[in-house]
Amino acid sequence: MPRRHKRWLTTLLLSVTGCAGPFPQTTLAPKSDFGIAIDQLFTNIFWWAVAVFVVVEGLLLYAIIRFRARPGAPPPKATHGHTALEIGWTLAPAVILVFIAVPTIQTIFRTSGQAPDGAMQVEVIGHQWWWEFRYPDLGVVTANELHLPVGRPVALAMTSADVIHSYWAPGLGGKRDVILGRTSRLAFTADSIGTYYGQCAEFCGESHANMRLRVVVDSASAFDAWVAREQAGPAPIAPGSVEEKGRAVFARSACIACHTMEDVPAARAVIGPNLTHVGARSMIGSEMVENRPDHLAQWIANSAAMKPGSKMPPMVLPPEDLTALVAYLRSRQ
Amino acid sequence: MTHATSLGLDSRKLAFWTFIGSECLLFGSLISTYLIYKGKSLVGPYPPEILDIPFTSFSTFDLLMSSLWMVLALAAVQRGDMKWAKVWLFGTALGGLIFLGGQVYEFSSFVHEGLTLQRNIFGATFFVLTGCHGAHVTVGVIWLLTLWVRALQGKLGPEHAMTVEITGLYWHFVDVVWIVIFTLVYLIQ
Amino acid sequence: MSASATGLRSWLTTTDHKRIGLLYFWTAFVFFLVGGLEALVIRAQLAGPNGTLVSAEAFNQLFTMHATTMVFLALMPLTAAFFNYIVPLQIGARDVAFPRLNAFSYWVFLLGGLFMNASFLFGAAPDGGWFGYANLTSKQYSPGLNIDFWLLGLQILGIASLAAGFNFIVTILNLRAPGLKMMRLPVFTWMVLVTQFLIITAFPVITVALVLLMFDRFFGTSFYLPAGGGNPVLWQHLFWIFGHPEVYILILPAMGIVSEVLPTFSRKPLFGYTVVVYSGVLIGFMGWGVWSHHMFSVGLGPIADSFFAATTLLIAIPTGVKIFNWIATLWGGQIRFAAAMKFALGFIAMFIIGGLSGVSHAAPPADLQQTDTYYVVAHIHYVLFGGTVFGLFAGMYYWWPKMTGRLLDERLGNWHFWLTFIGMNLAFFPMHFIGLLGMPRRIYTYGPELGVSTMNLVSTIGAFLIGIAALIFVYNMWRTRRHGAVAGDDPWGGATLEWSISSPPPPHNFDVIPTVASRLPRWSATQLKAIPEGAETAAPVHVPAGSWWPLIAASSLPIMATGAIGRMLPVVLAGVAILIVGIYRWAYEPFEA
Repeated sequence: MPRRHKRWLTTLLLSVTGCAGPFPQTTLAPKSDFGIAIDQLFTNIFWWAVAVFVVVEGLLLYAIIRFRARPGAPPPKATHGHTALEIGWTLAPAVILVFIAVPTIQTIFRTSGQAPDGAMQVEVIGHQWWWEFRYPDLGVVTANELHLPVGRPVALAMTSADVIHSYWAPGLGGKRDVILGRTSRLAFTADSIGTYYGQCAEFCGESHANMRLRVVVDSASAFDAWVAREQAGPAPIAPGSVEEKGRAVFARSACIACHTMEDVPAARAVIGPNLTHVGARSMIGSEMVENRPDHLAQWIANSAAMKPGSKMPPMVLPPEDLTALVAYLRSRQ
Repeated sequence: MTHATSLGLDSRKLAFWTFIGSECLLFGSLISTYLIYKGKSLVGPYPPEILDIPFTSFSTFDLLMSSLWMVLALAAVQRGDMKWAKVWLFGTALGGLIFLGGQVYEFSSFVHEGLTLQRNIFGATFFVLTGCHGAHVTVGVIWLLTLWVRALQGKLGPEHAMTVEITGLYWHFVDVVWIVIFTLVYLIQ
Repeated sequence: MSASATGLRSWLTTTDHKRIGLLYFWTAFVFFLVGGLEALVIRAQLAGPNGTLVSAEAFNQLFTMHATTMVFLALMPLTAAFFNYIVPLQIGARDVAFPRLNAFSYWVFLLGGLFMNASFLFGAAPDGGWFGYANLTSKQYSPGLNIDFWLLGLQILGIASLAAGFNFIVTILNLRAPGLKMMRLPVFTWMVLVTQFLIITAFPVITVALVLLMFDRFFGTSFYLPAGGGNPVLWQHLFWIFGHPEVYILILPAMGIVSEVLPTFSRKPLFGYTVVVYSGVLIGFMGWGVWSHHMFSVGLGPIADSFFAATTLLIAIPTGVKIFNWIATLWGGQIRFAAAMKFALGFIAMFIIGGLSGVSHAAPPADLQQTDTYYVVAHIHYVLFGGTVFGLFAGMYYWWPKMTGRLLDERLGNWHFWLTFIGMNLAFFPMHFIGLLGMPRRIYTYGPELGVSTMNLVSTIGAFLIGIAALIFVYNMWRTRRHGAVAGDDPWGGATLEWSISSPPPPHNFDVIPTVASRLPRWSATQLKAIPEGAETAAPVHVPAGSWWPLIAASSLPIMATGAIGRMLPVVLAGVAILIVGIYRWAYEPFEA
């Protein structure tokens, strides 16, 4: 039933909007148990709402048309109330609400963030304005791009490093706020391979709009391959190469004050994203722009020009140093 | 122009009751904040190390007695006995002043022992809650002294009994709030 | 100086509820236009993807000030304008219980609103959202003056609302004309009474929340900061314990207006008066038990979520009951489609939509997808624009002739209504889809890949239609000053006492205080005789002189706030001194009411 309703709703939506999609952040095509449970509940409420809407607005419209003033009509009869009617229209909404409340409370307990045993643990940390993902059992730390295996339960344990954010990837279910000094939880199992887009949903300051994320749901084997690559040490660098020069620039610049980079011993800071495998990420600036050399160079020179309020200070580097640094970062696959 | 009111209650008195209702929510929120943060301090001093129950019991007793003086002041005004009205009004204000003096002493000794607003969440919630109450007592003392001065000038008579009654309502309310604070903050630790 | 005197001085010192009502109206209406302008800039920025009209920083200030302005400086004071002007007339009183306190409320509101908006002059308009969630508002994450202006401004405005609240409760309970029992009160007056109880109980809570924030920012405490043992979620609880009753503070007066307009223009008494009154009271009570439905995404646990979902769903029942009674009022009536009636009917139609979308996020799991998206923006605008603003427009067309003696033009009113109605549905209906398709609220930019660009453009067009409609209304008001049809005492055939006196009413309202024997004193033939028409005044009606002290006492508050903003203790103390002197002189100036 819900599936059929869903097609109907989507068709309605498309015809109303004249938009053909695709809608990468839609809540109406969920691909996880969590998302589907919510969607079924919403669909249930939606149809009740449509029914009530049609009946009540219909009554209103009928009354407006039927009882419009006509010249010469006798004065209306003064009615002051009707006990049976009052009881009736008190009970009617109450009965409908029971039909809404029961599945609502059932769904609350099904979606409360309790993960089954053996779920993959991921720590999510919100920062102004980027996402950190840590896999404590795998020893992997990455940013803005969450990789998950299809069909396996996942337990997100989430907190914030600064202000309140809200983790939200609509295709995989609802959002949950992340709050400093508190751990909030989400649990779900993704049922389809694909890339799901999302973003911070709780206003978190100047670049709230630019705090985006993606969830890459892979087959088990592809996920394992990604983990293996992340677990592998830093990519080797040929002596005398431009990458080696870039690493030297990195090591002597302010980069090391905020970032971790495994092959630069002094770079162990955790204020900014871990850059050990930054070259493997498809986007930079928390999903703002494609991970390309020119974007990287612009970002390093003045990230705030791309992302208002960015906490990363502008880096003034000679052009050849900047080129070398970009080449080095690109090589961190 | 005084005309009969719909409820038969003086409008100022009715307004004052609504004000007290509103104040209950104000103190209720502050007290709730205190209770929510109870035991959440990350560093000391903690309440048992620093609260001086015998001393504050004396302050509480003093404030309770001032409520009694307030009752006597109102009774004196109502029967037109302005001589005793002056005595009791001043007595009530003096009771408030002694309480405030006790609070100043308490605050300064706490600061001396290392408990400040910024030190821990107990300090923050304690000072803001009791400070807010102290501010109410201060307003009450100023109000009472104003009435006392007017009584001295011969400008306060039985026709102002309602004014004194409302002052009394305020004073008793502030007193009751203190009993709640004293119980929740000092006695039940 | 009598209250009928003119000139600036007479307005600055007035204690006449009708003049104060007009001051509220015009001040709030200007703020309404300012808030609307802010909304138009927001919509222009979002008309297409990757908008560059304003910066992220400016955008955040705009949406914060749009909501803060609309809630505290436009809608609440517009309802207050009607409380002031209409309630004493409906209950047969010569003024409110405390005329000088009433003037004080207005001046505090005006000065608080100016203080809040003065932040623009410093380039430091509040930018933490109208909900100001901790810990983003902490000194560490918001080091500028923006949040200081916001928290000080809101505290000032809270004082205005509280003072008015005490005043109106006493006025309604205590100044009713003889025979006007509580269950004979006009429904508007009833809803005002419920609203005032909500105000005097809700505002102390936000005051505490703001005071704690002020201590965090000014004195280095850690009420909302985990590093010092505090918890940012406490702010959310305090804010929403205030915030949800605040929603009813905004909607109940509009429901009251609609309950006056529908009977008048259907020529039928309100259906189920008792039920409508009690359901309003019930909504007020229940509004206290639902606050955490604004916090489902915090993750308070399934038990708390279930409790607050249930209480929230329950509110749908008294709300539904009201709607059914309004429709039953129309049933069998003789409906005249004056502009006031169109807005009242529009209110019902739009409020149903807002109520139904509200049910969908009363369900916590569904809310996890909907909260903080445009779906909720759609919901609140159906409730607060389709609801409150439509109700207020209905009240403006309905009572304008009483307040000015002239009728607003109905043809312009027709244009105003239909453009507003179409504009609001274009502006806000697509937002349901925009939200369900994944666009969060409070973002200054979005990418074309989201697929919501066309719908956002439609929404922007709708918003500008609303803007054009508002201009038509402004023109209508301006034109009516000279060219409006003269209203007479009772242009609509209203049932309540305000229609028994001249338009505008004389300074003392009623030559003889009427005696009331029914709910609809002007609709029962026997009752009409009880109001002596043109009878000799029993005694010369005393009209109290004005007073400067409310204005002087009110001025102390922005002075204190300015001192706090500039960290200048002497200025704060000067403000305190002015306040003490103001109150003392006020208390002992010869004044009769």
